[in-house]
Amino acid sequence: MKTATATPPATTSAERAQSFTTISGRPIDRLYTASDVQGIDYARDIADPGAFPYTRGIHATGYRGKLWTMRQFAGFGTPEETNGRYKTLLKAGGTGLSVAFDLPTLMGRDPDHELSLGEVGKCGVNVTSLADMETLFDGIALGDITTSMTINSPAAMIFAMYLVVAEKQGASWKTISGTIQNDILKEFIAQKEYIFPPRPSMRIITDIFGFCSTEVPKWNTISVSGYHIREAGATALQELAFTLRDGLEYVQWGVDAGLDVDAFVPQISFFFNAHSDFFEELAKYRAARKLWATAMKDRFGAQHERSWKLRFHTQTAGVSLTAQQPYNNVVRTALQALSAVLGGTNSLHTNSLDEALALPTAEAATLALRTQQIIAHESGVTNVVDPLGGSYFVEKLTQDMVDGARVYFDAIDRMGGMVEAIERGFPQKEIAESAYRFQQAVERKEKIIVGVNDFVQEDEPPIEILYIDESAADRQLAKLEQLRKTRSADQVQRSLDGLRRAAKRTDNLMPPILDAVRAYATIGEMCDALREVWGEYEETPII
Amino acid sequence: MRKLRVVIAKPGLDGHDRGAKVIARALRDAGMEVIYTGLRQTPEMIVAAALQEDADVIGLSILSGAHNHIAPRLMQLLKEKALDDVLVVIGGIIPDVDIPKLKDIGIRGVFLPGTPMQDIIEFINSNARARV
Repeated sequence: MKTATATPPATTSAERAQSFTTISGRPIDRLYTASDVQGIDYARDIADPGAFPYTRGIHATGYRGKLWTMRQFAGFGTPEETNGRYKTLLKAGGTGLSVAFDLPTLMGRDPDHELSLGEVGKCGVNVTSLADMETLFDGIALGDITTSMTINSPAAMIFAMYLVVAEKQGASWKTISGTIQNDILKEFIAQKEYIFPPRPSMRIITDIFGFCSTEVPKWNTISVSGYHIREAGATALQELAFTLRDGLEYVQWGVDAGLDVDAFVPQISFFFNAHSDFFEELAKYRAARKLWATAMKDRFGAQHERSWKLRFHTQTAGVSLTAQQPYNNVVRTALQALSAVLGGTNSLHTNSLDEALALPTAEAATLALRTQQIIAHESGVTNVVDPLGGSYFVEKLTQDMVDGARVYFDAIDRMGGMVEAIERGFPQKEIAESAYRFQQAVERKEKIIVGVNDFVQEDEPPIEILYIDESAADRQLAKLEQLRKTRSADQVQRSLDGLRRAAKRTDNLMPPILDAVRAYATIGEMCDALREVWGEYEETPII
Repeated sequence: MRKLRVVIAKPGLDGHDRGAKVIARALRDAGMEVIYTGLRQTPEMIVAAALQEDADVIGLSILSGAHNHIAPRLMQLLKEKALDDVLVVIGGIIPDVDIPKLKDIGIRGVFLPGTPMQDIIEFINSNARARV
């Protein structure tokens, strides 16, 4: 019910369209007033920043205390080339590193495997063994920076390589910090870079939780990711609901593995998309904090504040970038980044203008970083915590997101949990449906994409793009051949046997993986050892 | 006249299948018989599927940059199996400089991000071999 005062005179009531919806298709009213937030209690549902349930933020001081980490995702070609890009980004004022691996690495295949043909170094950097990891961070002190690594199925192997490099540099495991994505559920749901079946995959993750809670206590052991779920076509609400429910699933598996909630939950972090619908996105981040805090407290009985506080990284929406009129992407990205900042992100990646065409050039990547610096240092939005808190519209949207996510939680709980829901194809179907609906809306011009289905420009001049040729593959193949000659084949075999044995039992997998990494076993060899024990996952495709 | 039969395939290691699934559905809604192979198909597997399904059209979805390896191998295999009258199209992220090379080896349609589904449907309808 709207208050009478809000209704404009009849003569001015004509509107441009019959209905107004977000990019996710959620209807939006003309005006929001006090009546929309009547059921919301400030202390219970919103609260001041730094206070439970953290709807307004996890820090009382917001960005007045510490700005978000400007963390630009980068990686291409060989470790040598990517090491050069990292040094450029750090020199330009980047405050953390974020490693993009190529598809062979992500899929646990060596460069000489038949499926790696044409893929080495294309979508990210190729890392085959510890030797490559040593090169990747050559001249970069791991004790002084934080590193995020987007790696999932082989996360334990890549993490072990990073730990050994840190150890060789003299940086203590007790103090180094960073993140491994390590979120296999969203791979089954959306991005599809899975290797092993769901259950052994979940076991690797709980082994990492257990190992890190004592050995690498400042590391973020998982980055529960909505980003890829959204990119696959989910709505904002589906992104929120599936991601948070994935988070609950990991906590449940950790608890079932015998871990104490407050011992591992503070090391869980999140990763969301910043899509184009400004208010819907920032409401999503606010809702996420509230959902997590209440679930940790009520569902799992977590006692520590650190277990209640949801920390998250955001990346602007790759899927929103257009190949047409690519400079428009700078504007899209700036607006998306602003919504993430107003939603209280703890870390941010801004996409480059050329990413609908290729991996970014160094110039485009620098401009993307500058976008964040302008928001942080020129716009003034960082002077105040949660400036949109209390807006009728924002609070109502936030509450609706919370309520909508809980409906999904209940549905998934009834299926027996997220692993079971995935095995039934439930989130996959929901996302495919939303993706198709959005495409139809674009085709019918119900949703306008500037430069694509309206405001089109003929004869656009081409822009410079980064072209990755085959030389990276040749160099990685040559290095691999060399490595196989110089390392101790005996030590590699013994360590891989140890890994197989551990996989068949219930031992924590991190120590045998560290042994294999130290012996310079390759990512393909380590993953093959586990493939032999567990097999590979194959999905039933749903269209 | 029989319906056009289309194999939509996702070759290579990449798992980003949003585009493949959306186009599969759009072609089906446009009246074609669509077979979606699923992920991580080698050129050999795709050609085997085309043969088995008596496909008129093969649609490849490639975003990873592996097209320069996958496409020539696929076209070679089609020739060997006397399937050169099958229309082959690619959708995905393809650098401009690679498009002439793909056309030269017989890939007739290359569709970049933002292409309307309707354009792809019309292209297939007017270029696929006639079914009798």
